[in-house]
Amino acid sequence: MTKEQLTGAELVIRGLEYLNVSTVFGVPGGAILPAYDPLYDSPIRHILARHEQGAGHMAEGYAQATGELGVVIATSGPGATNLITPLANALMDSTPLLAITGQVASTAIGNDAFQEAYTVGLSMAATKHNYLITDASEIPQVLKEAKFIATTGRPGPVLVDIPKDILNQVAAWVEPGDLDLPGYKPTTEPNPKMVHQASSLIKKSKKPILYVGGGIIHSKANNELFELATKFNIPVVTTLMGRGAFPDGHELCLEMPGMHGNYTATTSIQNADLLIAIGVRFDDRVTANPSFFAQNAKVIHADIDPAEIGKVRDAQVPIVGDAKSVIKGLIEALGDEKLDTKNWVSELKEMKTEFPLSYKQEDKGPLKVPYVLEELQKLTKEEAIVVAGVGQHQMWVSQHWNFTEPNTWLNSGGLGTMGYALPAAIGAKTAYPDKLVLALDGDGCFQMTCQELITASTENIPIKIVVFNNGNHGMVRQWQKIFYNSKFSASELTHDTPDYLKLAESMGAVGLRMMEKSDIEKVFNKMLEINDRPVLVDCVVDPDDMVFPMVPAGGSNDQIIMNEEDLKNL
Amino acid sequence: MSERILSVLVEDKPGVLARVSSTISRRGFNINSLSVGPTNIEGRSKMTIVTELDAVEQVKKQLNKLVNVIKIVELDPNMTIETEVLLLKVSINKDSQTSVIEKASLSNATSVDVGQDFAIFELTGSSKELDKFEALMKPFGIIEMVRGGRIALQSNL
Ligand SMILES: Cc1ncc(C[n+]2csc(CCOP(=O)(O)OP(=O)(O)O)c2C)c(N)n1
Ligand SMILES: [Mg+2]
Repeated sequence: MTKEQLTGAELVIRGLEYLNVSTVFGVPGGAILPAYDPLYDSPIRHILARHEQGAGHMAEGYAQATGELGVVIATSGPGATNLITPLANALMDSTPLLAITGQVASTAIGNDAFQEAYTVGLSMAATKHNYLITDASEIPQVLKEAKFIATTGRPGPVLVDIPKDILNQVAAWVEPGDLDLPGYKPTTEPNPKMVHQASSLIKKSKKPILYVGGGIIHSKANNELFELATKFNIPVVTTLMGRGAFPDGHELCLEMPGMHGNYTATTSIQNADLLIAIGVRFDDRVTANPSFFAQNAKVIHADIDPAEIGKVRDAQVPIVGDAKSVIKGLIEALGDEKLDTKNWVSELKEMKTEFPLSYKQEDKGPLKVPYVLEELQKLTKEEAIVVAGVGQHQMWVSQHWNFTEPNTWLNSGGLGTMGYALPAAIGAKTAYPDKLVLALDGDGCFQMTCQELITASTENIPIKIVVFNNGNHGMVRQWQKIFYNSKFSASELTHDTPDYLKLAESMGAVGLRMMEKSDIEKVFNKMLEINDRPVLVDCVVDPDDMVFPMVPAGGSNDQIIMNEEDLKNL
Repeated sequence: MSERILSVLVEDKPGVLARVSSTISRRGFNINSLSVGPTNIEGRSKMTIVTELDAVEQVKKQLNKLVNVIKIVELDPNMTIETEVLLLKVSINKDSQTSVIEKASLSNATSVDVGQDFAIFELTGSSKELDKFEALMKPFGIIEMVRGGRIALQSNL
């Protein structure tokens, strides 16, 4: 029997189907057009974004909500360059992404052909790996490899660049075979000797802290983490990327540490005698100045990426492995050990009561984001997927929203990409049409990718967006207030341009506005009721509010600024 | 600071040199020398990277993350056979000719081309020997010079 002959383009689509891809996000264009032809006839759902950056963040949101591969398609040149931001974002936050880009014909490469960009070169430092296809017959195998690399080990984005003539070249469909990747063998099973050493340190510890992050969520280790923490009575801090890995509200949960972390979470690390760091990378937003970070603590550092271990902080016990296997190993090694952490846990409990997150919402005063958030959560009965932008509102959501499940908190942690929220929410809602998906965005962020609201309406993806409209790049304003003598250089937006209601309406969404306390319940209930269209709430909030606690960049986590009063002593 | 020598076995795929060098420069690491060439195994190349970094552990780990990097061995300088190649074009005239040729042959350099007013020598040896030869030729007027990257093998591996 002769093998089925397909074009390169058909091999791409067949290859994606073979890899169980059900949804792709993208924007077509000349070089990638051949692939859009068979895509039209494929059961794969294509969501037409209005900008490739949007398409990329949609794929990220899809991947972060599901824990599975997100796929984005773009054309050559500007299509590919527009993808660089989401690729870099996915690399920072370890999100499994497959980007397929068209390229000018292989015979034209290097000639500065129309819409030619050196995509492989441009994306080299923004991907985990990338490929330039030189023959159509490579396509099925490369796609399989790409998915494997993107989703295993420390997940990340992989880009496959395909010249137009290769998309038109005919080759046989050959089912992809075993992978031959001699240089890619992630260690998932931890060395038992290291796990044993770690357990000995834990047994001796009186003040241990489980410092956990995105790695727990990637490895779906939240249940194991819960068992480890509760069985041995060890308090847990969850980093920005790890929110939801351990349930907020649990007495062992201290929530987020770091620059805008709460007092107890940050201080617990400073006072700990042992950090059990799992799936975290000692990011500067957590550590502040590393020489003042957790000076009294020994460190057990477990990560699937060996390069993270010892990068910022030396570990007494380094463990390379998948978080789930590591935690299972620790639970087993600790056996029936009873840790002597009772005093430590109650000390932290008292600290929480003494230093709570605080804000003041006056009855007639301007709305404060934390208050609005807490009211919104009360009104949402179901578990929502919450997506934030970057800035003050992001920190407030992380601080004040109660996360109890993994994959329900999506944000741009490592790169801090404004414009992430709306498209990422679209991606998440595409994956889970029946779940409530809330984009809690800043006005500055929203304006960076707001055209994707059209994508949400036309593709029938009824997300809900709350724009926290403080008329400012609030976080920038906050820094200018503190570090630049209140010289508000280029941080001011306006709160009435655009007119968010008209903007929403013109883009096929419902627009609602909230200005004061008495609006909240009515407006949010209305927002929650509408499920046939996207809804945007223009939530006008105090432009002068600041996020606290705060540890300035490069400062010491022993010196936490708790409120505006403390600023005077800076 | 002492030198560290990394011997990096890579897949012979397009772009692999760019990936390695961009990983090194992106992390702000300096390299003293880098050479690359085929090995006895088909589809595998070897790079020899010489650096003076304290942060060599981090370089190794970052390079290891590259999909096309198969294995990295840090060579022990005490047990390492290391060599480098040099081509040097020097001016000659009637007066200097004899002296140049004599000095070159005492340095074990081979003359590979001689013209009216120049000679080209080739020398293989340690970096120090190459430095010495360069210094020796300098007074005669070096017209052009090129050194290949350093390559190394550990003698007990
Ligand atoms: C793409 C991009 N450009 C610039 C910045 C720098 N930046 C960080 S926060 C911020 C302001 C965000 O404003 P907004 O979305 O209104 O949020 P707010 O802080 O007001 O809640 C800016 C400009 C960034 N993070 N990303
Ligand atoms: Mg704002």
